Amino acid sequence: MSAVAAPVQARERELPPVNKPHRKWTRFILPGYTILMILYLASPIFVMILYGFNDIPGDRQTAKFWGFTLDWWKNVFNIPGLPEAFKNSLLIAPFSAAVATALGTLFGLALGRYRFRGLRLVDFVIFLAIAVPEIVLGSSLLSMFVLGEVRLGFMTILLSHIGFSIAFVAVTVRARVQGLDRSLEEAAQDLFATPLVSFVKVTLPLIAPAILAGFLLAFVLSLDDFVITNFVAGQTNTFPLWVFGAQRIGIPPQVNVMGTMLFAAGLLAALANVFGQRRRGRAGR
Amino acid sequence: MGQGGVSGGAGHRTLGTRRRLVPYGLLSPGGAYLAIFFLLPLVLMLYTSLQSGGVLSGGFTFTWDWANYTNVLSAYQPQFIRSIEYSLIVTFVALLLAYPMTYWIAFYGGRWKASLLLLILLPFFVSFVIRTIQWKFILGDNGPVLGFLKGLGLLPDDFRVLATPLAVVAGITYNYLPFTALPLYVALERIDKSLVEAAKDLYASRWQAFRKVVWPLSLPGVFAAFLLTFVPATGDYVNAALLGGPGTRMIGNIIQDKFLTENNYPEAAALSVILMIAMVILATIYARILGTEEATRAAAAA
Repeated sequence: MSAVAAPVQARERELPPVNKPHRKWTRFILPGYTILMILYLASPIFVMILYGFNDIPGDRQTAKFWGFTLDWWKNVFNIPGLPEAFKNSLLIAPFSAAVATALGTLFGLALGRYRFRGLRLVDFVIFLAIAVPEIVLGSSLLSMFVLGEVRLGFMTILLSHIGFSIAFVAVTVRARVQGLDRSLEEAAQDLFATPLVSFVKVTLPLIAPAILAGFLLAFVLSLDDFVITNFVAGQTNTFPLWVFGAQRIGIPPQVNVMGTMLFAAGLLAALANVFGQRRRGRAGR
Repeated sequence: MGQGGVSGGAGHRTLGTRRRLVPYGLLSPGGAYLAIFFLLPLVLMLYTSLQSGGVLSGGFTFTWDWANYTNVLSAYQPQFIRSIEYSLIVTFVALLLAYPMTYWIAFYGGRWKASLLLLILLPFFVSFVIRTIQWKFILGDNGPVLGFLKGLGLLPDDFRVLATPLAVVAGITYNYLPFTALPLYVALERIDKSLVEAAKDLYASRWQAFRKVVWPLSLPGVFAAFLLTFVPATGDYVNAALLGGPGTRMIGNIIQDKFLTENNYPEAAALSVILMIAMVILATIYARILGTEEATRAAAAA
């Protein structure tokens, strides 16, 4: 993508004086606006991080900032019920993401590289799974569990999370598979590699970044999910469910601390992925 | 793509058949899972919506009870209409907010594109519920925004945003903005930048080049953004629950209450089925006209 953009940019730099006497200040409008929008999108994150250090007199978040303290960071796990909920979230997310990645990757491979009878139907199902409102998914899963008299809890949450993540992994992998140069694989087969060997040695390394991205996406979707989980959780708590329940009486600052930790971890993973891809991209050229 | 499967002639018949079965083999584990945990639940919700009875009166039985539908449609018409109203406003505002930003990133982002896109997706790294709760503090009656404006005397002391439709619409707009931005970005990014230059070479002004070249080419992205924002926003109830009041309840709030508090499964399921059917019709029309590529590609960009 950046390879395409670069020459265009170079050309643009040569052109402007001929075409338009640059109006001075107007060219700052769009970049300025974009920065404002990014700040707007990030504003609750700033507030969350800040309130994790708020030296409030009680133990519930207030709008006023009283001063700086590290108390909440030292006593993160001091709230009854919250650590268990947090632990459930951190247990469910990797399991759900791993299974969804395995199933979704195969799905994405099939969708991305084969033409077969029923392709359009399968495409439409995947599209629906992404577009349908969460509340419909959550309430339909609950309907099924109620009819089947399944006990709600950890297992029903896990099964549901896998279900809604598969489609996202599938489209992530499909996008990468469609962009693959098939001649590489054909070259391997010309050199007498069996289809399986050429898949493992050629295709798999090429789509690995998409599989990783799919895994991270599924991980985040599971960790963050409130609506569907709320329907199928029964008495079990996850981090978002606990926070939602607690907000009636006010959330303890430890929630902000945990939120900040998850945010930092997610950001690091995403940055590692972006830089990893950039490095691989450069090595490939 | 497009050259899977059938490559050999008659001599490669068995190989051809086997290759033709490969995609089905790849699809079957995930397909079976989706059949059980996506499609089957939808069918069973339809079944539940036609049951009658009550939790206290000995459970529910299937009786083709269509009255569930007529009951909820007449009882919750205001909430249905409100959900659609809010969602339309949200989608329109979100498109207006996201377009200039994604346009700039796609056309002038240069080597910062990936980083800027990551910044737009930053909110996804913090739980949806926590973000919405922070808005409750930011928009609070004497919070940083309103408190400041009241201090300057720009707003009357009893002015409030929380518990009004404005708070709910603002909250949903905030939460779904990345879903609007992604498809727009994907569509704008794909536009061949030299087309714009060609237009300018032909003496089009910046504005004309945008209106005649960029805007029409970005329309598939606009429609995908519309769908991916409007549909989930209509079903949202977390914003209404956290930022709204009794007068801003949406259809999602009713479904959630009926399922989880009142245990009135048939009526809850009926409401959910109505919402589902409306959304599936919308999605089908969209897919018929524009195909599913654009919308799912946006999900892949995340």
